[in-house]
Amino acid sequence: MNLFAILRIALNALRVNKLRSTLTMLGIIIGVAAVIIMIAIGNGAQARVEEQIKSLGANLMIIIPGATLSGGARGAAGSQQTLTEDDAAAIAREVPEVQVAAPSQRSSGQVVAGNSNWSTILQGVTNDYFEAREWPLVAGRLFEPPELQTAGKVVIIGHSTAKQLFGEEYDPAAIIGQTVRVRQVPAVIVGVLDKKGQSMLGQDQDDVLFLPLATLRNRIAGQTQGKLRRVGLISVKTREGQSMAEAEEKIRALLRQRHRVQPGADDTFTVRNLTEILQAQEASSKIMTLLLAAVASVSLVVGGIGIMNIMLVSVTERTREIGLRMAVGARGRDILMQFLVEAVTLSLIGGLIGIALGFGGSSAVGNFAGWRVEIEAASIFLAVGFSAAVGIFFGFYPARKAAGLRPIEALRYE
Amino acid sequence: MSQALIHTRDLVKQYQMGDNLVRALDGVSVSINAGEFVAVMGPSGSGKSTFMNLIGCLDAPTAGEYKLAGEDVARLDGDALAAIRNRHIGFVFQQFNLLARTSAQENVELPLLYSDIDKKTRRARAAKRLDQVGLGARTDHHPSQLSGGQQQRVAIARALVNDPVLILADEPTGALDSRTSLEVMALLQQLNREGITIVVVTHEHDVASFAQRVIQFRDGKVVDDQRNAAADAQALLQQAVRKAA
Repeated sequence: MNLFAILRIALNALRVNKLRSTLTMLGIIIGVAAVIIMIAIGNGAQARVEEQIKSLGANLMIIIPGATLSGGARGAAGSQQTLTEDDAAAIAREVPEVQVAAPSQRSSGQVVAGNSNWSTILQGVTNDYFEAREWPLVAGRLFEPPELQTAGKVVIIGHSTAKQLFGEEYDPAAIIGQTVRVRQVPAVIVGVLDKKGQSMLGQDQDDVLFLPLATLRNRIAGQTQGKLRRVGLISVKTREGQSMAEAEEKIRALLRQRHRVQPGADDTFTVRNLTEILQAQEASSKIMTLLLAAVASVSLVVGGIGIMNIMLVSVTERTREIGLRMAVGARGRDILMQFLVEAVTLSLIGGLIGIALGFGGSSAVGNFAGWRVEIEAASIFLAVGFSAAVGIFFGFYPARKAAGLRPIEALRYE
Repeated sequence: MSQALIHTRDLVKQYQMGDNLVRALDGVSVSINAGEFVAVMGPSGSGKSTFMNLIGCLDAPTAGEYKLAGEDVARLDGDALAAIRNRHIGFVFQQFNLLARTSAQENVELPLLYSDIDKKTRRARAAKRLDQVGLGARTDHHPSQLSGGQQQRVAIARALVNDPVLILADEPTGALDSRTSLEVMALLQQLNREGITIVVVTHEHDVASFAQRVIQFRDGKVVDDQRNAAADAQALLQQAVRKAA
């Protein structure tokens, strides 16, 4: 007896009891739909966090100067200007886990181009900064070594700043070579950055103008600490696959040594592992997804029990039919297959309807609640596989019960 | 026919009923030749149904020997017995046992589903048998749309569809009125004349009168085994007519 014939018998049996079959399926339908919707919501949340990590740059930590201490009153973090470009160079040189250590100094100011002007953040950086943040150019080039060394009057412009100065539909290639005045200092645009989007805190990261560190320090900010080459921040990117915690330890030790911090005294700087914070967030949203899916699977299991219940009733109801089939030559495994296929068909059809409902439900949640939802192909396979498994698992007992009937007793059953 | 189609020797069947051990069959030795039409009679509890179940390979004996067409089937397992039922034996039941909401055609095809026969052949053979029992025009009817006699004829077509050597009928007229009973018995008699061995369990003498031989059961034993003179004579006559033709 081939599978196709068994399938036909099963479909026929299900058709005969339409209402009952539909109600039985409902459990599976709701279960599968719930699983798909919950996973879609969880994945949406996870995707948001992942995007944030990507916009930050992977494996990133930042080092900021410590607080001042004057007469027992502690200042804000970063109020002490202890970090230097040399610190950054030393980190890159001496900590093997570090890929780049990019120093940067931040300021702000008015930028004028033609007849538009815009107040934005000015960042003095080296080319390492763009590597650390994984921030590509869409047009132009990075800074040339001479420009970095001699405070060249060049800028790399962020997407939002460019939009403010050159209009919504500006052409990145066309603004290369144009001159902007940064706090009255004319500078040539040599590069345009790709869009980065919002930071974790909702700040527009593209509203920025980058200059060589020396240019900002000597020509714009006008600070007189040229010799010490102080910086406000060092962004450190560790190599892929290296332990960030270990790198952090080594950087801390290195900087304590360089800053001659006495044993037992406080650090003169703070290391913040941003990626770790985001990864913790990602982990928690993953757990959330799992939790949601687990709760939804409970309804799938309940649906499976519904199938078992109905199949048991069906076996009892059709005892004479089973006896007859055995009398005309059905073996135990033919009967087993028939009822198993029936249960699996119930759960699979339910699963397919559930998938359709899950799709609809997910996009409804996305539209009405405004949540981000992402349906994974994997969750569909999971749902189909799981509902088939439910059918087999919960169908097996009734089917085996049917197959184990003795033909004469089944035939005599009233 | 030198060899018996059905040959039992000291067939015993015991059941455990609560604390009691019931001996439903107590040493039954019977031989039925191919082509015979046998009626099995006896009061309820006499063991005639148990005897039917055993020779129909629906059940295995506790002890004794049963050879069907020379093959020892008493010790076969469930799957092997299912295969024998499927290939060699046709069953007709008192309650017809047709599948509800299933057409006559599909009901007749049922045994073929379990013997790996392709769809086209199944169709053709089922249609031929329905035609043979006079229901060629009602192949699409469901059991609920057929009279009792018609339903039993569908069941007979189903019993015939695998070209069995043996048809076992358990009270085939028990649920029919006397007129349709006669029709059904006449149909069985007709099949017997075409060479099929038929064993009928019944408690009605009218029904038994169609058989050439009547075996009486009581308390699990055969108490009487007689040839039915009238039916015998008729059968001999028929044979002679067939030979002459």
